Amino acid sequence: MKTNDVILQTTTKVVFFIIFLFSIHIFFAGHYTPGGGFVGGLLTTGALVLLLLAFDLKTVKQALPFNFTIVTGIGLLLALGTASASLVFNVPFFTHAFDDFTLPLFGVTSLHTAMLFDAGVYLVVVGAAITIIQSIGGDA
Amino acid sequence: MEFVYLIFLPMLVALIIPLLFKKLNGVHTGWFVLFVPVVLFIYYAGFARSIMDGGHAVSELQWIPSLGISFVSYLDGLSLLFTLLITGIGALVVLYSIFYLDKSREKLHHFYVYLLLFMSAMLGVVQSDNVISLYLFWELTSISSFLLIGYWNTRDRSRFGALKSMMITVFGGLMMLGGFVLLGIMGDSFSIRELIANSASFIGHEYFTLALILILLGAFTKSAQFPFYIWLPDAMEAPTPVSAYLHSATMVKAGLYLVARFTPIFAVSEVWVWLVTGIGLLTLFWGSFFAVKQIDLKAILAFSTVSQLGLIMSLLGAGAIAFHSDDALFKFATFAAIFHLINHATFKGSLFMIAGIVDHETGTRDIRKLGGLMSIMPVSFTVAFIGSMSMAGLPPFNGFLSKEMFLQSMLAIQHFELFNFATWGMLFPIVAWIASVFTFIYSFYFVFKTFAGKRKKEPLPNTPHEAPFGMLISPVILAALVVGIFFIPNVIGKWFVKPAVMAIQPALYNHPSDVAVHVAAWHGFASTELWMTIAIVGVGAILYLTLAKWQKLYDIQPQSLSLNALYDATMLFGERGMNQLSRFYMTGLIRTYLLYMFAFIIALTTATLFIKEAFVVDMDSFSALNAYGLMTAVILIIAVCMVVLAKTRLAAIIALGAVGYSVALFFVIFKAPDLALTQLVIETVSVALFLLAFKHLPALRNHGQTKRNKIANLIIAAGIGVTVTLVALSAHSQKLLPSISHYYKETVATEAGGGNIVNVILVDYRGFDTLFEIAVLAIAGIGVLGMIRLRLARKERADENK
Amino acid sequence: MEFVMAIVIGILFMAAVYLILSRSLLKVILGTGLLSHGAHLLILTMGGLGGTSPPVLADGVTDYADPLPQALILTAIVISFGVTAVILVLAYRAYAVHKTDNMNLLKGNDEHD
Repeated sequence: MKTNDVILQTTTKVVFFIIFLFSIHIFFAGHYTPGGGFVGGLLTTGALVLLLLAFDLKTVKQALPFNFTIVTGIGLLLALGTASASLVFNVPFFTHAFDDFTLPLFGVTSLHTAMLFDAGVYLVVVGAAITIIQSIGGDA
Repeated sequence: MEFVYLIFLPMLVALIIPLLFKKLNGVHTGWFVLFVPVVLFIYYAGFARSIMDGGHAVSELQWIPSLGISFVSYLDGLSLLFTLLITGIGALVVLYSIFYLDKSREKLHHFYVYLLLFMSAMLGVVQSDNVISLYLFWELTSISSFLLIGYWNTRDRSRFGALKSMMITVFGGLMMLGGFVLLGIMGDSFSIRELIANSASFIGHEYFTLALILILLGAFTKSAQFPFYIWLPDAMEAPTPVSAYLHSATMVKAGLYLVARFTPIFAVSEVWVWLVTGIGLLTLFWGSFFAVKQIDLKAILAFSTVSQLGLIMSLLGAGAIAFHSDDALFKFATFAAIFHLINHATFKGSLFMIAGIVDHETGTRDIRKLGGLMSIMPVSFTVAFIGSMSMAGLPPFNGFLSKEMFLQSMLAIQHFELFNFATWGMLFPIVAWIASVFTFIYSFYFVFKTFAGKRKKEPLPNTPHEAPFGMLISPVILAALVVGIFFIPNVIGKWFVKPAVMAIQPALYNHPSDVAVHVAAWHGFASTELWMTIAIVGVGAILYLTLAKWQKLYDIQPQSLSLNALYDATMLFGERGMNQLSRFYMTGLIRTYLLYMFAFIIALTTATLFIKEAFVVDMDSFSALNAYGLMTAVILIIAVCMVVLAKTRLAAIIALGAVGYSVALFFVIFKAPDLALTQLVIETVSVALFLLAFKHLPALRNHGQTKRNKIANLIIAAGIGVTVTLVALSAHSQKLLPSISHYYKETVATEAGGGNIVNVILVDYRGFDTLFEIAVLAIAGIGVLGMIRLRLARKERADENK
Repeated sequence: MEFVMAIVIGILFMAAVYLILSRSLLKVILGTGLLSHGAHLLILTMGGLGGTSPPVLADGVTDYADPLPQALILTAIVISFGVTAVILVLAYRAYAVHKTDNMNLLKGNDEHD
């Protein structure tokens, strides 16, 4: 089926980036205000679903040539890696560390290993959800 | 050295056996296996000197310390004797099997793995000081025996025999575990040594007799005592090396070991003495009586094993009397039991190997077809002759010595005054004597029907010839022992029997040499047992010569009245009955199963709520009504009704979306911004999912559901609804434990360095949950991918095939 | 408010169970969807609906809503999404292969015992 909906497609191009940026924001804000890896990941998924609806599967695949199963795998490894990294420092599994750093451009920023773990969550959510949707959508 | 690890040595070697079999197929795998029992035998033999001196050795490996379960290798006279039997006979059997099993035709990697597994398990049984690990190894022997009996798994009889032995011995094992647990409760320990030390306090305990009977059930099933012996004849389907090893020399003696090991605890009980002695004697008689009926060489040996095990069992029972009487005669019985145990291992091992050789070289074990093999197989005949004569209790073979001692002990029982033995005691020597006559008959029957007489006209399946040299090594060594032990019984007694006796009766002796038994072949003409032996030989010889006339009498007993028939009927009934029972409620319909589950949930939950008076509604704890909340509730209920009543797919999906969005609204109202965000997005993605799958989905149809059906569903559904409402109310109204949330609230900034408590819980406090959750999500993704991709791949392949 | 919520939850569960017991495969899926919504609200209600502000640290606020049930529900929401996706695909694949969505016909036959 060929969709030729110019208004939807043009709007989507803009809206996609708005949602995507918002999802990134919500992901980073998660530790202090509502948000986090789950919501961020799901919002990104939502943005991608919008793209899928406005265009078609093939176009989106060409535009975003990721294998989303691999994204899932990277996410899981990142989460597990962050959790096990504490073992290297001889503290129990899953011990997080955090501190404030002064970075150029950002000023005083609090960096937290939990953020890395959350990034893993983010990637798994995006990867798994898109894998599911692409599979179902691609099933003729 | 921590020799407890040696128990696992065979198991470790078993791991590389398949590799050796595959890579080095020019060499018979048995040669690699052989070194295991040999090395172990030599190592354990090194303990003999210190243990002969009354010492013992302990080595411990912690397993589950919090439950008091560990692997403890405890070597005293009894366990060392068994260990040496297991490794010694094991070495001979492996050597024999190298020539018995053809390396090109048999699955040797299976066979030797099972055999090594068994060896580990058996060592574990006899060395464990902890009853729980003892039980573990005990069941492992049952399992490896199952695998070995079923080794030729394409034969029906093998599978039947394997299952039968497994059923009976595992049943016994479970009973035994119950006994162990009861002992553990009584003595507050799982260590056999500690239990023995505390055994005085068990007397009169309400569990004492129950534990006794349960443990005896384990011992009786394993040692094939009446009426559980029926598995042993069927176990003869195993390859002959296995029969020689498991089913005559070692595994079936595990029951005897157990009885011997627990004698110090239970011997004070009248029940113990009566059961062990009585069942042992009954088994002795029963086995020997039916051995004469058999026509298969191995079946004769199987029944004779049953009978001999009964003999040793009854001696152990008589030995337990020593705890009640100072009469030296009863101390003697335990010595006789251990001595005969050694003797039996030697002569029965050699006889089994000969039966295997006959089977191997002639192609049949049917005694009716055999005969006159003496001139063709002189070595085998000699070995068989020595073994049989020893079994019959004739000099100059070791069986004579222990048989005399057995008769002496049985005669002694009639003088025992306690437990009504004075009344019934006369029966013991009489039954023992009759059984001995039959033992004599079947021993002669076995050896002479096979080797003596004329060749049968009907040709044998294979042209008979003497076995190859290698196959004869093991039986000849055993036969040499049979003769040798006759001449040096007191050396064996000093080194092996007396330390074992001391282990069985620790309270009676300070040092193994205190066991005042001197074995002699000649007791003078005045001894009753001599005349009994002479009578056995006389009557036995007459009956053997007239065997052909009266052997038919066995056919009087109808097959349908045998214990085997009872077993078969029970199994069949169990299988059919269970099948019918499960068919009665297992309809195969998911709805039926769900109905059961939901009904149980309703019944159990509401019953608990009211019986425990857990249903409390505390109106004060409720928060104030909220106008937005009420409106959302109304919207949600309407949406739910639409989902249920929807006539089309699209309407139902949209209504489901509406429910989801209202739930998100609730989250907003109840101050859960994270949830609200997540719910909103996920609902959007879900609806998209449903719509994407829309074209694949079936239409909503009723499928002819009847009104009655619907009403039943509605009742169950309403029940669940009410139950959940009650649970929600009472769960909110009473908090049994303070919430951990306060801790989170206080520490979220200081300990975790975060501000959003919900997110910090997810990534930090309960990070494990989240880790597993994303794993589940990834699995779901891959699952969906698999379900769709795999089918597409298959479709493409199908296209190619066209 | 908890009382109202308890009734709403009851209705959600009732509808879910009713749908799950029906013969149409699609209705079963819809039922499980409702069931998870009911479960989420149940957890929330059991923890109490009190608290005047969300569980996010802010100056001067002490009366937070209980964060623990929220964390649990957040996990449950995402999981239920995965579950829904899997059974959805499972269901329509079963429909495609067996050409029916009648639960009564989708039972195994005796050959598979």
